[in-house]
Amino acid sequence: MVLKISRKVLPWIFLAPMLIMIVFSWIAPVLLTVYLGFTDLSSKNFLDFVRNFFTEKVHFTLENFDKIFFAKDPYIVEALTITAIYVLSVLSINSIFALVLSIAIAYFIRNEVLSMILRVSWLIPRIMPGIIYALVWNWFIDPKYGMLNTLLKIVGVPEAWLPESWLLTPPYSQLLMIMVNGYVGASFGMIIYTAAIKSIPTDIINAALVDGASDFQVARHIIIPLLKWPMLFVISWQTLSLLSSYEYILMIWGSGGGGGYAGIARAAKVMVWSLYSYSKAFAAEEHLYGYASALSLILVITGVVLIVLYFKLFGFRRLMEPSRIEV
Amino acid sequence: MGVKDRLFPVGGTALILNILKYIVVIIVAVVPLIPIWTMILWLAVQSFSGKVILGIIPSDFTFNNWRFLWSPMKMGLKEYPNIWPITLNTLFLALGVTGLVVFISTLGGYALSRMEFKGRVGLMQFIIALHAFPSIILLIALFVILNHLGLYGKGIMTLVGIILIKAGLEIPMATWIIKGFFDAIPWDLEWAALVDGCTRWKAWRTVILPLVLPGIGAISIFSFLSGWSEFLLVFTYVKDEAYYTLPVLIYYMIGEYKFIDWGMLAALGLFYAIPTIIFFSTSQKLLLRIYVGGIKR
Repeated sequence: MVLKISRKVLPWIFLAPMLIMIVFSWIAPVLLTVYLGFTDLSSKNFLDFVRNFFTEKVHFTLENFDKIFFAKDPYIVEALTITAIYVLSVLSINSIFALVLSIAIAYFIRNEVLSMILRVSWLIPRIMPGIIYALVWNWFIDPKYGMLNTLLKIVGVPEAWLPESWLLTPPYSQLLMIMVNGYVGASFGMIIYTAAIKSIPTDIINAALVDGASDFQVARHIIIPLLKWPMLFVISWQTLSLLSSYEYILMIWGSGGGGGYAGIARAAKVMVWSLYSYSKAFAAEEHLYGYASALSLILVITGVVLIVLYFKLFGFRRLMEPSRIEV
Repeated sequence: MGVKDRLFPVGGTALILNILKYIVVIIVAVVPLIPIWTMILWLAVQSFSGKVILGIIPSDFTFNNWRFLWSPMKMGLKEYPNIWPITLNTLFLALGVTGLVVFISTLGGYALSRMEFKGRVGLMQFIIALHAFPSIILLIALFVILNHLGLYGKGIMTLVGIILIKAGLEIPMATWIIKGFFDAIPWDLEWAALVDGCTRWKAWRTVILPLVLPGIGAISIFSFLSGWSEFLLVFTYVKDEAYYTLPVLIYYMIGEYKFIDWGMLAALGLFYAIPTIIFFSTSQKLLLRIYVGGIKR
């Protein structure tokens, strides 16, 4: 009898620490974000609120969503435009460019060592600690000491086209934002695609080659059709993470501008939705936690909807092993 | 045309196609890497050079850029915190996260891989869903929670709070990785030990644990690096300079040193990157396996 009970309880003893941590770091903050989104929490009533979550000084309000949906906040439209540019551009780098890249690295190059060197090089931006990535970019774009303008001049870009500051002059700053995140994102697609390409049975490719197909035809008619699912996976997964990623933007524009990220990101027109939410809470003078949470809540809901969609689209098994190919 | 010719075409079209293929490779895979290679090269060269020509050609070999290791960093009247306590903070954060993540996710991963219980599949789906969910947007709510627990602005306790949060955010993925390692161990081994009279605990300690050590190594490295690189949580929650970690210190220094002393910034960056470089050059295969297995942006 004792044994029977312990068999039922034992797994939960093993799982308990994990579940507690998940409640602490994920579930509680998600619920709190929902709650805060409907309040007027700001630096004025913040101290009362952290002492007592149901203090009378914090009011229930729909004003936050009024500001968002009816664009009462004049910046909303711009934030939305910038986010759309950002997500769509980086997404096409992640999915389409990375596809061509992976075919080049994993199929066109037959030399294992060379292929490995290129793969590792492409992983560098992802593996580097973010702040170092920000540091080297800050140097790279420096008009006086950096190499970007020099390299562009070598390629033949006329000097008049080059901006005084890549950091501050839109649309160059937006181009920079896309490049910076594109390098990190391209390696995501590359990892998934190259694993998938490597798992294509060599018989299929060899059969085509024996029949006289060129490498381009193999890529076009065999590899790309087989990469349909990995590609869909990359696109959907990256949509969600791009919608909410602002870390590199904050680090590069914040550090490059001397620490005050909010004003600089806004002037450079790289203030994406998620960064806008973050800055409303932590950089704005009044610390509009309530409004910032409402902005985040939009992303939380988008996230939940997309994740449900992924499960419908891919099923559980495919989500676990995105790079597997079913022939 | 014989089969041999088709397998190894020598004709003009084939040659052109082959050249075209390598042009594609160079344009797509090599040229875009030039900035990345340049940046890495610059970081290494600049940190040991007094002057740098064209960004990558060294001149004036010097250790002066590394002076932050033995003397305080000053900018006008402002004195930056000494590098060593900051390094210790960073190490404390990284090791704290590693300890928690390894302990908790090994337990959880074992249960998910080996035990039967109600809701097992549901829990696994939930973990995958968490893995896809962008935790970065929860920073505001986590800030409120940190304040509610009285861990904000409390020096070292704030770092402890950050360790808890960071570990909690990493645990779903780490659990998933370690579960994969447990899955790879054949059931028979554990059965054999149990049949021979081992208790479940003893079977776990003497049979399973040694086999799963590579997995534990993998999540240790993974969570150490992620704690070591953590920027946003410390940047947002720690306002007392004495409890900064290296990335936050570097963040503030880039802004103030970038027109004056690129050499020191490069040296500082390289100093901070040492663990990443070590782990990546020694356990690249392991890390690649993780990056393929479960990736977050």
